[in-house]
Amino acid sequence: MTTAEKTATQSEEVLEQVLTVNFGPQHPSTHGVLRVVARIRGEYLQDAEPDLGYLHRCFEKIAEGWTYPQIVPLTDRLDYLAAITNEWAYVLAVEKLLGLQVPERAEYIRVIVGELQRILSHLLWMGAYALDLGATTPFLYVFQERERLYDLMQLVTGARMTYNYLRIGGVKRDLPPEFFPLLEKALDNVLKVADEYQALVLENVIFQARTKGIGVLPPDLARQYAISGPMLRGSGVAWDLRRSEPYSVYDRFDFAVPTGQNGDCYDRAVCRVEEIRQSARIIRQAVAGLPAGEVRAKVPAAIRPPAGEVYTAIESPRGELGVYLVSDGGPQPYRLKWRAPSFVNLQVLPEIARGAKVADFIAILGSIDIILGEVDR
Amino acid sequence: MDLIHAPFVPGVIQTTVDQVINWSRKSSLWYMLYGIACCSIEMMATGASRYDFDRFGLIYRGSPRQSDLMLVTGNVNLKMAKVLKQLYDQMAEPKWVIAVGSCAVSGGPFRGSYNMVDGVDQVVPVDVYLPGCPPRPEALLDAVLKLQRKIMRPQRQGVAS
Repeated sequence: MTTAEKTATQSEEVLEQVLTVNFGPQHPSTHGVLRVVARIRGEYLQDAEPDLGYLHRCFEKIAEGWTYPQIVPLTDRLDYLAAITNEWAYVLAVEKLLGLQVPERAEYIRVIVGELQRILSHLLWMGAYALDLGATTPFLYVFQERERLYDLMQLVTGARMTYNYLRIGGVKRDLPPEFFPLLEKALDNVLKVADEYQALVLENVIFQARTKGIGVLPPDLARQYAISGPMLRGSGVAWDLRRSEPYSVYDRFDFAVPTGQNGDCYDRAVCRVEEIRQSARIIRQAVAGLPAGEVRAKVPAAIRPPAGEVYTAIESPRGELGVYLVSDGGPQPYRLKWRAPSFVNLQVLPEIARGAKVADFIAILGSIDIILGEVDR
Repeated sequence: MDLIHAPFVPGVIQTTVDQVINWSRKSSLWYMLYGIACCSIEMMATGASRYDFDRFGLIYRGSPRQSDLMLVTGNVNLKMAKVLKQLYDQMAEPKWVIAVGSCAVSGGPFRGSYNMVDGVDQVVPVDVYLPGCPPRPEALLDAVLKLQRKIMRPQRQGVAS
């Protein structure tokens, strides 16, 4: 056998071989510390199995030992890109348990900061996803905009990322008067960036080649896996908790629920960019209709909800964020279960990644938009 | 003219080899892209447009073999500790570690729970401790500047003020 023939048979063998490859937990594209055990055959993925737990922080157990108001700042650290929505889901659960009426002004403020948070989260996703696909520049542009929005959040809450702004029965303090002109300007900029992103990234031929028809998630499969958020809407199912089961004051606002048709990575990206525009619309309506009054209901210092259990869900930037709270009448929750959208959405990864090319696997994983803090809790 | 009073021609700068090596090391600290939790978002923000890590010679690398600096940006649990140690061992000497955020410094709000390593210094040696939850980008830049000062004066223990 000549050397050339030998090499040919060897490469043939390699092609037939199934290799097990570790992807993560330290990898620039895992969006945190996810580990995926991938079995590849040649260039194609046979199976991809997520391995979780590298960021497990015992959140639910810690919460059982803390009082109800103490848990609010802890929830910030779960989905750290959307801290406000975490707080919101939690305080809604406690308020439901207490039967507490929140002042209307506080509800509107929650909508404003909550939607700002959605914009912030989607902006980061836009930058990181472009980075995953090999484009570095959008990341820098997006962060420029994020910094301006961070300034706004800082003005309101005093922090950049972990806000501790929502309280059981309202919000920490009122919006400062200088907030509104700055907000108006920031929203204009955000819409400009969304348009730029649309023109330069979404309509880019390379981007479309990398994402169209990749990681297709059919609507019935999405339903079977209880997928929610932009991931589900990308598959054409118009399910948004703000519209389907309105909480807070979302039934008063006029906004669209963007959906895709094919359920591929591209449709998910388009949905997220469109959601930024819709969030800006909601914020503008909320600012215009902002009622006067108190921002915090009278709540006793020691909160002891009556014994019982409650489930509340809100639409976080990643999907249905649910809180299942059990009280035994004491000052601390008996059980606090977190229904994290990232965790649920990640389950479908092996299904939609099977048979994909290795390079496309990065595109698929990025399009799920996972936050490991929320996945592992 | 004797050698002691005029050892070199004008325009030549004298220094020690150590100084030159330390200067070049501190000016090209390549950090490993290893975001663990919340603080990694602030690390990204510090690397991006407004704060710009590149000014200080910090460029991210995807592989530990090419990096000099490890930013531990988040809480390390028992499952992650082994990986962290392995990554640290893969980095080429000389190498430095900044513990970014309360979790990496001491466990932060999760201190004492069943799965946490309370402080990353139990796993790898730490050069600069940076508290905050998460620390602001300015604080992260300050930590990097402190580390650079430390690199310039290795004989001095602790961080030079």
